Amino acid sequence: MAVQPMKNAMPVQDAQVRAKNFKEVAIGYDEKIAVAEAQRCLNCKNSPCVAACPVNVSIPQFISKIKDGDFEGAYSVISESSSLPAVCGRVCPQETQCESKCTLGIKFQPVGIGRLERFAADYHNANSDGKIDLPKSNGHRVAVIGSGPSGLTCAGDLAKKGYKVTVFEALHLAGGVLVYGIPEFRLPKEIVSKEVKTLENYGVEIKTNVVIGKTLTVDELFEDGFEAVFIGSGAGLPNFMGIPGEGLKGVYSANEFLTRANLMKAYRGDAQTPIMHAKRVAVVGGGNVAMDAARTALRLGAEKVYIIYRRSMTELPARREEVEHAEEEGIDFRLLRNPVEIIGYHNAEDRRDPKNGFVTGIKVIKCELGEPDERGRRRPVEIAGSEYVLDVDCVIIAIGTSPNPLIKNTTAGLEVNKHGGIIVDESTGKTSREGVFAGGDAVTGAATVILAMGAGKTAAKAIDEYISSKRK
Amino acid sequence: MYKIVAKRELNPTVTMMDIYAPLVAAKAEAGQFIILRVDSDGERIPLTVAGYDRERGTVRIIFQIVGGTTMRLNAKNTGEYLSDFVGPLGCATRTENIKKVCIVGGGVGCAIALPVAQKFKRIGCEVHSIIGFRNKDLLILEDEFKECSDKLTVMTDDGSYGRRGVVTEPLKEAIERGENYDEVIAIGPLIMMKFVVATTKPYNVPTTVSMNPIMIDGTGMCGGCRLTVGGKTKFACVDGPDFNGFEVDFDEAMARSDAYAEFEKGEREKCCNLFRGIK
Repeated sequence: MAVQPMKNAMPVQDAQVRAKNFKEVAIGYDEKIAVAEAQRCLNCKNSPCVAACPVNVSIPQFISKIKDGDFEGAYSVISESSSLPAVCGRVCPQETQCESKCTLGIKFQPVGIGRLERFAADYHNANSDGKIDLPKSNGHRVAVIGSGPSGLTCAGDLAKKGYKVTVFEALHLAGGVLVYGIPEFRLPKEIVSKEVKTLENYGVEIKTNVVIGKTLTVDELFEDGFEAVFIGSGAGLPNFMGIPGEGLKGVYSANEFLTRANLMKAYRGDAQTPIMHAKRVAVVGGGNVAMDAARTALRLGAEKVYIIYRRSMTELPARREEVEHAEEEGIDFRLLRNPVEIIGYHNAEDRRDPKNGFVTGIKVIKCELGEPDERGRRRPVEIAGSEYVLDVDCVIIAIGTSPNPLIKNTTAGLEVNKHGGIIVDESTGKTSREGVFAGGDAVTGAATVILAMGAGKTAAKAIDEYISSKRK
Repeated sequence: MYKIVAKRELNPTVTMMDIYAPLVAAKAEAGQFIILRVDSDGERIPLTVAGYDRERGTVRIIFQIVGGTTMRLNAKNTGEYLSDFVGPLGCATRTENIKKVCIVGGGVGCAIALPVAQKFKRIGCEVHSIIGFRNKDLLILEDEFKECSDKLTVMTDDGSYGRRGVVTEPLKEAIERGENYDEVIAIGPLIMMKFVVATTKPYNVPTTVSMNPIMIDGTGMCGGCRLTVGGKTKFACVDGPDFNGFEVDFDEAMARSDAYAEFEKGEREKCCNLFRGIK
């Protein structure tokens, strides 16, 4: 039988319809499409896809289970390597990881590995009774700081090995960036809470409302009897540009805008947390967070949403799929533009004018691409005299974050690099403090969910080895 | 869940509560704040620590009923629970090298000023306090301030109690009289703090102000609480809430503080109707 050259298309909500709701954009494969897609896998000998996965899921094995109609079996294979399959199937950049190395991809489109992973996870979540074989406890305690992708992965892997794991979360809800950052239409929060519940079933204890570095310190965790600590506290303080007008009303960091919308449910009419329902929005930045913010603003009722990015589409760092979805929904990309000032309303005659201090526009300057920088990306060069103003009533700044200082400042002997990221041995996640491991954005600065998960997995293995070696 | 172990009305718009939160109580210091949610769909609001009892494991909060969330909070009674209570957040008020201090509190800000005054007293400083209110009915914590102050001046805008006028008048007199304060600490409405700074700056008396901007996470993630201090962007939740008053851009902070005024108005009305329905 000849191989079908193209991936089975992912059923999605119509762009016009979805731009007005917060329901998930991609609907997911049904059983029939999943089996058809699984049949495209060549089951090639050296399976290059597995090595390209940060958590090394046994990809051909789970796909062959789907091929046989054993969907629960497929889930079991994935969950041996991944603690969050339903999340990864949705938000991993498969096009640069597993699918980029797919042998079928040399001649045709690669197998839709991410879509199949999502299918297996969703099948399990819909059909499983939640019962699991509890691992035998080994009596050793590990503390995990932060319940985002790296922390949950580390906690899950250790719990499956019999460790008693406690996860400390600063917010009132577990999930980290999966609940405050990534929007509902890309990752429904119900899926995150199910994945968290699964970990709790494995015996992981999650303590919300505890800020390590404030409520408790790393040293106190050791005093309390934890034998190892994993720091997965995430990125942190949002960066601003340092241009005039960033203090105006209607200027948000992407973190604030997305947290209001996602974690605090401000998109719902009955929410107690406010958010601006702006009509014209400029999002500054070109990463996945910028795409999320732009598409959220659109769904909150904006008539016009711009992405302002200082390089060209070639350098734009967001996933292609997200860019395509954003374009289909009508997001207006203004590339090779750099903001120089945010302009606000100011009625000099009437200081009590309620419109005073709100954003009315953003002044941008045109750029062209110059020589490559140290990372090989061509540097934007401003074109003198090319400034003009875009009329907007909201500006969302999505240009990255700087590491949070709370843990570093309260943990003696924990070394950080010049950017404030925790220094680790990449192959183990070991920090400069004995028994302290770290991974995810707290180490790398803003990166992806799957890289954070990979780091959590690496650290879990190293923590197991560390505690086992102490026992001897 | 966090139990309300005591509740007392200080005046018709200001309520005090003691919340059982032993981890927070163990660490809290004057000048720090907590974030709470009243119920599971609630908004996260920051409130500065008004006191703590490490042995009983309780943290005291004092709040003014200003919007939907504080109305919902005020509707809770002793024995009931708050959904979330996290802290202590922010940095404690600095006390090093201060021998003589003037604490200036305005309105409900006095609730936050009190533990600061108490702390200075406890470490052996000379404490002068000036507390101001719109009128006699809104006066709170006078006895408590008396106890921890070497000198106390109570001001009301309308003269219905204490001395008539604003807090900056006795402050200016004290400075001119030669009370060599090592530090003036102002805690109250933004406009009051702005004028305290305007009063102390000509005499170059170091002045600390306690900022309480709009916040969400309170741990340095969202950036909602940013302020311009000394021309730089600072985050009240991790860099503050105390800042050098001479460097704070008060006009920007005041403009930002009413960003959701319209929403709050709606919330208040919604809540009023809600509670009317219950009663």
